[in-house]
Amino acid sequence: MSVLVDESTRLCVAGITGREGTFHTLNNRNYGTNVVGGVTPGKGGQDVEGIPVFDSWEQAVADVKPNTAMIFVPPRFAADAILEAAAAGVALVIAITEGIPAHDELRVYNTLERDHPGTRLIGPNCPGILSPGKANVGIIPASFFKAGNVGVVSRSGTLTYQIGNEIAQAGFGCSSIVGIGGDPVPGSSFVDVLGLFEADAETELVVLSGEIGGSAEEEAAEYIAEHMSKPVVAYIAGFTAPAGKQMGHAGAIVSGSAGTAAAKAQALEAKGVRVGRTPTETASIAVEVLGGASVATS
Amino acid sequence: MLIGGRGKAGGVKLAADERETREHAGNILGMDIKGHTVRKVWIEHASDIASEYYASVLLDRSAKQPLVMFSTEGGMDIEEVAEKTPEKLIRHHVDALTGISHEEALDIATKGGVDSDVIDGVADALVALYEVWLEEDATLAEINPLIVTPDREVKALDSKVSLDDNALYRHPENQGLSDSENEDPIERRAKEEGVQYVKLDGDIGILGNGAGLVMSTLDVVAQAGGSPANFLDAGGGSNAEKIKQAVDLLLANDAVKAVLFNIFGGITRCDEVATGLIAAFADIKPSVPFVVRLDGTNDVEGRRLLQEAALPNVHAAKTMNEAAEMVVALAAGKHVGAAA
Repeated sequence: MSVLVDESTRLCVAGITGREGTFHTLNNRNYGTNVVGGVTPGKGGQDVEGIPVFDSWEQAVADVKPNTAMIFVPPRFAADAILEAAAAGVALVIAITEGIPAHDELRVYNTLERDHPGTRLIGPNCPGILSPGKANVGIIPASFFKAGNVGVVSRSGTLTYQIGNEIAQAGFGCSSIVGIGGDPVPGSSFVDVLGLFEADAETELVVLSGEIGGSAEEEAAEYIAEHMSKPVVAYIAGFTAPAGKQMGHAGAIVSGSAGTAAAKAQALEAKGVRVGRTPTETASIAVEVLGGASVATS
Repeated sequence: MLIGGRGKAGGVKLAADERETREHAGNILGMDIKGHTVRKVWIEHASDIASEYYASVLLDRSAKQPLVMFSTEGGMDIEEVAEKTPEKLIRHHVDALTGISHEEALDIATKGGVDSDVIDGVADALVALYEVWLEEDATLAEINPLIVTPDREVKALDSKVSLDDNALYRHPENQGLSDSENEDPIERRAKEEGVQYVKLDGDIGILGNGAGLVMSTLDVVAQAGGSPANFLDAGGGSNAEKIKQAVDLLLANDAVKAVLFNIFGGITRCDEVATGLIAAFADIKPSVPFVVRLDGTNDVEGRRLLQEAALPNVHAAKTMNEAAEMVVALAAGKHVGAAA
């Protein structure tokens, strides 16, 4: 098993006709993901290397029945694209787009909760989700990961590849790698994804990679203590980040005395979660907890 | 100036006459408040104050709703009020989809213990503050103090607003609000060039791809005993022009004694980064040592290209930890073995 994306994924891509959208959609299809369509208003009837393009999500859903949407449109159109996919009944929306205004994210989050509770949003500003050997939706370079029993959930893309690659070199694989994104109002938080990994039969350990800003890591610490039977190993980036400065990600900012890396690491450790000081140490703690030998399933 | 805590730092003064006004203004001009130099002074009629309140609207990331905060303990540090007398700070979440109603605002003012004759005025101020927060795409809109005058008028005396950079395209009129005179010149240049750069106090220049990886690189360098000079996320691009631009920015900081390039190639290919770096070096000819860590997609090829180019004073590293130790040693003027 795995979480969120697998062999049953039927992917449809908003922004499939854009340069980046085309490139990554075809990459995902080459990996084996079942890409059933794309949506670009005004380009309905065309195709991208055989993938049919629709004018609207309603048409796409009626015609090719996607269960997963990937959002690759520019920031000013992204909020409406997410909501349109949800209104058409798509159960999982993965938003890659970076730079969406925070107020739009707030509106999207609360509209989904009120009007489309059956739709789960991952992102925005995230690298997507990879379930090795099954499906890849987004921009995660699949070659660094193989199938196995480590679940990874992270606010950062490249940091995930760094940690995942070190775990793979130690002989372990991943059930799923979920990028929840670096924005202030993500559609899904650590807590949401931890719950999915806890329920996933294949996942035996979860690596959580957090960073400065907000309190999602602190909330994860509480959740882990109360609801997780599986071990969680954490990493937090940004110990040297000065207060009040945005460190690349819109959500990575220490506000006053809130959201520091030290406070997050402490909150996790107080609940018995081991926190690696470097990505390398984090990977080696994960490997140690798993027993040090390869137990990859494929 | 675009920084909070002005009053606490001595940047707000009361003057009785013109002589005192000149004296205070003279003292405040040029004053340094949290790294910002005062270049302008605002002079206004002193208000007679019967009560000082605090009001703000902010984006509560945890609740994923707007949060209105109100207290009758205004005029001071609100974090202190929240810590010492939390019962005096009213926190009220507003439904982001419907906005705040006048009734809700009245309720907040009543719970806050506002004198009954100004409850309406305070509620009006709260609704207006929420509208500003919403319409300007603010992440924070704060009035402190919100005062009541002896003749029972509600007035906003000072405020602080934080705007969302991602929403600036909707507010072209706000583009010019940034305090470019007080911005670090390298940060300002980076912003103009569309590069994510934050200046720090140390002497080791840092470049990486991906915000999380760069933050992590700063930490690993600090753990190795070094002091990072900057945060620079080169993003996904790896062509020579982008790398040259980034190297130029790194070296614009005179404090930099050594540079660490930390690349984990995903979509970015390490051989392209190496090619870009070689081309950039031909142009720039840096005088400080570089440590280049190339890992991930096409890393072997990338390291081979660097080795063949035999760039002066460029050292290759395989892992992040090894790279951090090398760059810290180089910044301290130590020898680290053969160059790449």
